[in-house]
Amino acid sequence: MSDWPILTAITFLPLAGALIIMLIPTDAAVSARNIKNVTLFTTVFTFFLSLYIWFNFDNSISGFQFVEKHSWVEDFMEYHMGVDGISMLFVILTTFLMPFCILASWESIQKNIKEYMIAFLVLEAFMIGVFCALDLILFYVFFEAGLIPMFLIIGVWGGKRRVYASFKFFLYTLLGSVLMLLAIMAIYWQTGTTEIPLLIDPSQATTPAAQAKLTIPASMQPWLWLAFFASFAVKMPMWPVHTWLPDAHVEAPTAGSVILAGILLKMGGYGFLRFSLPMFPLASADFTQFVFALSVIAIVYTSLVALMQEDIKKLIAYSSVAHMGYVTMGIFALNAHGIQGGIFQMLSHGLVSGALFLCVGVVYDRMHTREIDAYGGLVNRMPKYATVFLIFTLANVGLPGTSGFVGEFLTLIGVFQVNTWVALLATTGVVLSAAYALWLYRRVVFGQLEKESLKSILDLNTREKIILYPLVALIILFGVYPVPVFDVTNASVDALLTNYQSALDAAKSVTQASVSN
Amino acid sequence: MQETMQSVMSVQNLSLLVPELWLSIGAMVLLMIGVFSGPKSTPHVTGLSIALLVAACAWLFMKEEGGLAMNGSFILDPFARLMKIITLVGSTLAIAMSVNYIRRENFEQFEFPVLVLTATLGMMLMISANDLISLYLGLELQSLSLYVLASINRDSVRSTEAGLKYFVLGALSSGMLLYGASLIYGFTGQIGFAEIAQAIVGTDRSLGLIFGLVFLLAGFAFKISAVPFHMWTPDVYEGAPTPVTAFFAAAPKIAAMAMLVRVVIGAFEPVTLDWQQIIVFISIASMVLGAFAAIGQSNIKRLMAYSSIGHMGFALVGLAAGTQSGVNGVIIYLLIYMAMTVGTFACILAMRRKDGMVEEISDLSGLATTNPIMALFLTILMFSLAGIPPLAGFFAKYFVFVAAIESGLYALAIIGVLASVVGAFYYLRIIKIMWFDEPADEFVPMAIELKVVLGASGLFVAFYVFFAGLVSEVTATAAASLFL
Repeated sequence: MSDWPILTAITFLPLAGALIIMLIPTDAAVSARNIKNVTLFTTVFTFFLSLYIWFNFDNSISGFQFVEKHSWVEDFMEYHMGVDGISMLFVILTTFLMPFCILASWESIQKNIKEYMIAFLVLEAFMIGVFCALDLILFYVFFEAGLIPMFLIIGVWGGKRRVYASFKFFLYTLLGSVLMLLAIMAIYWQTGTTEIPLLIDPSQATTPAAQAKLTIPASMQPWLWLAFFASFAVKMPMWPVHTWLPDAHVEAPTAGSVILAGILLKMGGYGFLRFSLPMFPLASADFTQFVFALSVIAIVYTSLVALMQEDIKKLIAYSSVAHMGYVTMGIFALNAHGIQGGIFQMLSHGLVSGALFLCVGVVYDRMHTREIDAYGGLVNRMPKYATVFLIFTLANVGLPGTSGFVGEFLTLIGVFQVNTWVALLATTGVVLSAAYALWLYRRVVFGQLEKESLKSILDLNTREKIILYPLVALIILFGVYPVPVFDVTNASVDALLTNYQSALDAAKSVTQASVSN
Repeated sequence: MQETMQSVMSVQNLSLLVPELWLSIGAMVLLMIGVFSGPKSTPHVTGLSIALLVAACAWLFMKEEGGLAMNGSFILDPFARLMKIITLVGSTLAIAMSVNYIRRENFEQFEFPVLVLTATLGMMLMISANDLISLYLGLELQSLSLYVLASINRDSVRSTEAGLKYFVLGALSSGMLLYGASLIYGFTGQIGFAEIAQAIVGTDRSLGLIFGLVFLLAGFAFKISAVPFHMWTPDVYEGAPTPVTAFFAAAPKIAAMAMLVRVVIGAFEPVTLDWQQIIVFISIASMVLGAFAAIGQSNIKRLMAYSSIGHMGFALVGLAAGTQSGVNGVIIYLLIYMAMTVGTFACILAMRRKDGMVEEISDLSGLATTNPIMALFLTILMFSLAGIPPLAGFFAKYFVFVAAIESGLYALAIIGVLASVVGAFYYLRIIKIMWFDEPADEFVPMAIELKVVLGASGLFVAFYVFFAGLVSEVTATAAASLFL
């Protein structure tokens, strides 16, 4: 394996691109095109660079790879990067979705193009950083820094109620994050380190005393778990703290919605896997039923809410909340099926919901409305669009043969092993999702083309084909052949569960010992 | 024999006071120049004042060794050195930012830089004070200069009102502080900080001493404008001419906070539990009031006043911890706060239309379109003031809160971070007005010195993350020097 800092390169390459764009003067006539080209080139190059990680990734190792470690602030924090089977795919997902976002904004963004592209590149850097960071503080810095560009993206280039949506997004997320920050400080004070690899696997420490110091005491775990939960539940978002999401989704520009649904929501699930389970195993076990309850409510309730929506984007936003319910449910099933399913569901949802928002963007660019009632009969004039939209809708429903099916099915299997009732209730969500998604599709695409304004609507142009066709291919590919994903995640998930189980056993033997005494 | 020799040496040890001597002689000379050549000398006096402050700063940079002077009432340790440098930088930038304002607003008063010099001299003496008398002398020299500065615009009702208000309340707080100091002297028989600490260690702490401590802390709380002694701040910030407000925000609070830290750590370490609860209370009250009261403000100077109240509350979180890492947090906080405030005031000073200065937040409307560079820098500063990573403001908050958690002050830490979320709202509002709203009339082009100050502070805040380790090393040494 080569020694050059590939993760740093991937993380900061977008920032370099942003710097170049900053130097392009805005007044020249060609500058808008140059800015877009530079951005696109940067994101595509970052994507290819990130593929290097996948090709050189050793699937048999459960630990972190491509590790970089430098002193940053003595005794307090370190610059420590690395990826394992869980985080690597999210890095790829981020770099993969980014060029599509840029292409989707190609014509729809007219004002402040320079600032827009800079915001997206900065956001990409922070998002990649979140998934690569192996130091708690570094993670937090990336995690929260992403709020800045996203706030501006929603607020400057958003729809009518963009101010409300951007404030709600920012303050909700910040409120959750600061509680996590306090928990991070408490962990630092308790264990004397912020290194994630040590904290999630105390057995790496050399002496038993050091191991004991790295293990968070059982009395602290519930509080710290709740503090982390506050942050990740808002980010995820879980019911009842999901209300920022529909607003943010509706008001954000298309590319912003894609990033929100595709990447930012995944940070919550990633956080549960990376921090909550390994660092607080006892609390995670205790709170399982609580998470199940919230997940099931999210699946059923938000699916019902989605049925009633008048706005296409809002409907997809609520469906996102429901789908994230499967993820949390799967993760907290705490078995291999559930966790693998949760990860797969996140990746699949990243592609599918991103694709759906891109589809909405296609018609929004033409008609400038997201009202479902304003459409109908699009199939008559847009057959290609109708086809891809159908595939994405079916993937959203979880039809076998699409990637949506694999994730949902695995999470349900995982949950079924621990709690039949939760699995049963969650399964009703599959039916409901079919109801709202297919009904949406019928109202928008099928029927007679009656609206006068739709008579001259055009089908997909080349740019939109370039955006949507690869997504169709990937969604079907992963639906039929999900093995490449599982190959990557297997070792890390196994290690996660082994550590979790041994932590539970250790705690059990401690309580038994104290009882027998 | 040797002892007498040593004490004589320390009396004579004027070499440690070189910057103070420069400033005092320089201020008097510049005053004479101003008096004899009238208002037209203002540019020269301003330039020379800046040169003096820079020289004093440079001297402190070079000076490696420290020690006691003036019979033990003056101390130059790494803590004093660093705090003086921060204060001097703040004062220098405040004067530098006034150059264009003076030219444009017919504010040709040579007294302004001279008074800044004397106030800064007072601050340096406060920071180096090692007993109650030198503390009070330094504090009064600073305060009296500030009272006059607040009302320096004699023809403006608002400015004179601000000065008068500040004077009456400030005199009251000085009186309380002096009363507290006399009680402390009465019950310990000592005025030196180290001697006071020795006198109260081991013995039962007397009620009189605690009374004295409370009065002393009330006086300090006024000087750093912590709740409930904050009432003067919004009026003075709003009423005083903007360069004066910039100076008020940048330098005096840092000096007063440094003095507070030295007194409670140096003299009252044995009764930490007693002052800790007071500091916790004023810290919480300041953070909460600073966050909520700022929401309703429409004048940006008034908003910055409430923001500064809140920030002093955050800095006090580190002091409340009472530990070395807590003091380290306070120093980092003050350093970053100074950088952010100076940059923000550079923007406020640049809010000028053809028909004069404007101060309403709504005047920033659409700045991202009319002046994208200024909007970008002000946005960075606002996010930093809100404490969002990766900007400097986040690290400032991180270090004080981590110290609070270490000392088990969980409630303080939780209330603090929640207040920071509320506070984020009004910083976001400024960003919203700049980026989301329709553009208003353009400002006139920014003066070169404001550009430099804003650029430097914005870059410092944005790239602090890269040299955070370096800064922490320096501040850790400074903090350690208080805990010898």
